[in-house]
Amino acid sequence: MSLRSTIHAEIAAVAAEQEKRMPPITDDLVMLETEFDSLCFALLVARMEDLTGADPFSEMEADDLPVTVGDLVALYDRAAAKLAA
Amino acid sequence: MILRERLFRSGGLEGLFLSDHHEHRHLAGIIGGPRDTSVSEPLAGKRVLLAVGGQMAAARAMLALDGLVARLALVPPGLAPEHVARIATDSDAEIAVCDAEGLPDDALPGLPRIDVETASRASFEATVGTGRETEWALATSGTTGAPKLVAHTLEGLAGGINTAATPEPGTVWSTFYDIRRYGGLQVFLRAMLAPASLVLSDRHETVRDFLVRAGDAGVTHILGTPSHWRLALMSNALSRLSPRYVRLSGEIADQTVLDLLRAAFPDARMAHAYASTEGGVGFTVEDGCEGFPASLIGTRAGIEIAVRDDALYVRSSRTGRRYLGAAPEPLMAEDGFVDTGDLVERRGDRFHFLGRRSGVINVGGAKVQPEEVEAVVNLHASVSMSRVRARPNPILGAVVEAEVVLRAGTDAADPAALKKAIIAHCRPRLSGHKVPASVRFVDDLPLTSGGKLVRRMP
Repeated sequence: MSLRSTIHAEIAAVAAEQEKRMPPITDDLVMLETEFDSLCFALLVARMEDLTGADPFSEMEADDLPVTVGDLVALYDRAAAKLAA
Repeated sequence: MILRERLFRSGGLEGLFLSDHHEHRHLAGIIGGPRDTSVSEPLAGKRVLLAVGGQMAAARAMLALDGLVARLALVPPGLAPEHVARIATDSDAEIAVCDAEGLPDDALPGLPRIDVETASRASFEATVGTGRETEWALATSGTTGAPKLVAHTLEGLAGGINTAATPEPGTVWSTFYDIRRYGGLQVFLRAMLAPASLVLSDRHETVRDFLVRAGDAGVTHILGTPSHWRLALMSNALSRLSPRYVRLSGEIADQTVLDLLRAAFPDARMAHAYASTEGGVGFTVEDGCEGFPASLIGTRAGIEIAVRDDALYVRSSRTGRRYLGAAPEPLMAEDGFVDTGDLVERRGDRFHFLGRRSGVINVGGAKVQPEEVEAVVNLHASVSMSRVRARPNPILGAVVEAEVVLRAGTDAADPAALKKAIIAHCRPRLSGHKVPASVRFVDDLPLTSGGKLVRRMP
């Protein structure tokens, strides 16, 4: 599974478990304008760390802060590239 | 000191406002609106439970009742009915000031009630000059489920606020917190004692909507937990805010969140405060670095900070006075120091926070008692024993992680599925932030010589 589809799938899974209604998950989706709340976000980040070994949030610059799902994918992409290097 | 009396005398209320997500009120109108002496009668000198839905109603009632009632117990929003009942009992409430959202019709039968709209018209004139000190009762954020009630004086609550200072012109306060929690109440008091305008949040509002509203209202001074801020930092509405003062409290502020806020608001004064419902405001750190300078240990104006057995102790008039309830445990030691339960470690000339001695996990400001989660995890048929700990999390500071020793003979051929099953087992039995975010299987768990799980972080 690609990183993008992993992230999309995990967002959907966390939202379903937390009983949040989500619009279709696309790269343009602004997460904080949905029901995806801080607990959902925290769970997503923990799971992504378990799945990829990367926690790009723990050391990030202001410019890296993800607003959309696409930003989040890009953030994990960069973290994965860093881990592989 | 009585809030409304002080506001009355301070003057300069022109142009000041209080707003929430659906109304905007002039502070002068709230303070000087029509009064009704007959409303004061059933409330004067009584122990009052304030149980309302929104923060605007709470704010107006707090201004009307301070100095009139003997005790004002604040019910934070979103509490389970049994916890509201517990606060009513522990505060020995004689009457409730409420609305339909804060106290359903069938709740607390037998407790007289007055609608908050009516109560907010309680006459003030009768109390001017002869007013009594109202005791304020605040709920802790709840560890074992039931919140504890801490009694404060208004002087103590305002002890960390420089009430003599003239407010910077144009100051508009706001906070992500609810003003019925200690942190939010600090902001309410800062605004009312200045006096300054205040923008109230709403728990049903998205982060984006709140930021847009705060930006539109010209908020200059704003407080949130590190978790509130981490979330706000990920909103493209953050740029709507241009605060002059950014404050963090309620959780450990790590260097990452401080740096991100500094980058987002390069010109703002930034402070992280150490405060708790029991310990009051301990100190504020403004150098932008995590932890606090060792020089804060000792005695300063009005407050003493000590480190004993790696934990912070606070003694000052700003700490809570005592716990309320039938059989309250002592809030402070005989020497007057309050044990905050927060563990610290000295590294060079700074102290850093390590977490709670009790192992209590702070999930974005919501406290989780590990034992409560372990008891649920241990009910799962495959679990022999478990230990629940904080797992550091960049969004909420921490999430819950369970280390699990499986029962002998458990089929763990598919560990991922078994972990999911254990988490799924917890979900209907625990509120969301208490459900383990992750499960780790371990061969055994360390016990103390007394046979208790070792809880302290390594």
